[in-house]
Amino acid sequence: MQWDWQVFCEDTLTRELQPRCFGQGGDITYLEWMLSAWGWTVSVSVLALVLALVTGSLIGTLRTLPGAPWLVRLGNAWVELFRNIPLLVQIFLWYHVIPALVPALKGVPGFVLVVIALGLFTSARIAEQVKSGIQSLPRGQRAAALALGLTQAQAYRYVLLPMAFRIIIPPLTSETMNIFKNSSVAFAVSVAELTMFAMQAQEETARGIEIYLAVTGLYIVSAFTINRVMAAIERRVRVPGLIAAGGAGGH
Amino acid sequence: MKKPLLALALTALAATAALAQANDTLGKIKSTGTVTMGVRESSGVLSYTLGDGKYTGYHVEICQRVLGDIQKQLGLAKLDIKYQPVTSQNRIPLVQNGTVDIECGSTTNNQARQRDVAFAVTTFIEEVRIAVKANSGINSIKDLNGKNVATTTGTTSVQTLRRHERAGGVDFKEVYGKDHADSFLLLESGRADAFVMDGSLLAGLIARSKNPSDFKIVGEVLSVEPIAIMFRKDDPAFKKAVDDSIIAMMKSGELAKIYDKWFMQPTPPNGVRMNMPMSDALKAAIANPNDRPMEAYQAK
Repeated sequence: MQWDWQVFCEDTLTRELQPRCFGQGGDITYLEWMLSAWGWTVSVSVLALVLALVTGSLIGTLRTLPGAPWLVRLGNAWVELFRNIPLLVQIFLWYHVIPALVPALKGVPGFVLVVIALGLFTSARIAEQVKSGIQSLPRGQRAAALALGLTQAQAYRYVLLPMAFRIIIPPLTSETMNIFKNSSVAFAVSVAELTMFAMQAQEETARGIEIYLAVTGLYIVSAFTINRVMAAIERRVRVPGLIAAGGAGGH
Repeated sequence: MKKPLLALALTALAATAALAQANDTLGKIKSTGTVTMGVRESSGVLSYTLGDGKYTGYHVEICQRVLGDIQKQLGLAKLDIKYQPVTSQNRIPLVQNGTVDIECGSTTNNQARQRDVAFAVTTFIEEVRIAVKANSGINSIKDLNGKNVATTTGTTSVQTLRRHERAGGVDFKEVYGKDHADSFLLLESGRADAFVMDGSLLAGLIARSKNPSDFKIVGEVLSVEPIAIMFRKDDPAFKKAVDDSIIAMMKSGELAKIYDKWFMQPTPPNGVRMNMPMSDALKAAIANPNDRPMEAYQAK
């Protein structure tokens, strides 16, 4: 087959080749469009990741609280609700159904709704990991913390969560990479991200293979960057011997 | 050392053989007794499914008649037509690689595509229009300034909209549905004030909506696009067979009857009427059959 990589230097209105690959006077080339689409993909993913980490940690912690059965049930319901409904369906619920029930949400842009939907979907998965991380710790850890006079909150803050988070860094890395790949559903509610760019540009230029290869490359770069960031964090916060001891169930 | 070379040579030979066969569609039909028609799940009344793997529509019926003529021409006692649903993303690769022999959907004939595939004479002319709510007070593209305008991702209408925005100095916010039903929902639910799309698709969506009288199609024609049946490039014998058959239908008035059946009469499965009389542009294309690309229409 014949490659035609010059398609990225074409103007999106006239399809004329632009010198230096960038458009002039407010017109853009397909390359510029793709970079802006990449920006949307990264924005959706990073904001959803922040939301997912905060909510997921909170819900995951709630699910391990001793003596608070209703909070545990609330946490369980949260996780089951968000992880048992397909992501695309959740996106449509946020975009079409919820604004029909709550008129105040009508003016909220699709971008915000996608961040909420993707963030909460992922929060259920992170909550499950945080819960497993805490439960994998020997029971004596909590008891020892409380015996030292720490309150329940202090026990979580200084003893349980620092260890639990170190244990769950590998699955969290997968989850952060997943969020980048899952962000492609945002095209369904009119966010101009990479998947939408690919579908639209391949239709306009008829150079689908080049466009999809370039977009695939950007997804790989994004997901791999976050993978390296997480690996750096993992190395940085490692406490030698800590996880081995936790994994062995104490001594 | 010799073996890989031999394998390479064999692969190259097989590839050329496959290529040679792929560009002789008539020969392929004759030797296999089957032909694969590319169809769409829902492209208005041009090509759509009735469920259970059954496909029908204006272009599907034209193709069935064309293939009937080809069967006669080849002297085949029986021709088995296989239906292969395609999407706007995969239709061109599937025609190129030989999965689909003749695509009967709603493909715009333009110069970019003519580099990869060939088209029969134009059998339908699509006009890109604006659908709005009947009580919206919008009558032209100028009224869309500052409004939300819906269209569907992966269609030429997105580009049309962009061109008009730039040329007309109007500024509107585009919202993209993932398919036509989704874009119509944006209009219905009020997230968008207008839906810009092919006129026949708009007419079909409005006809099938809960309250067709709530919507209307307004304003100027934003773009004119010749829609044609698509097949492999560099296969003059097959193109001639298809064109001859279509042109015969145009001359005999048969094509106008098929048009009437799909665009004026009730259509299956629910008996919905499109009520779309034949446009002057299509009448001209039937009087002077041609396979000019979209760019030739815009120059006028």
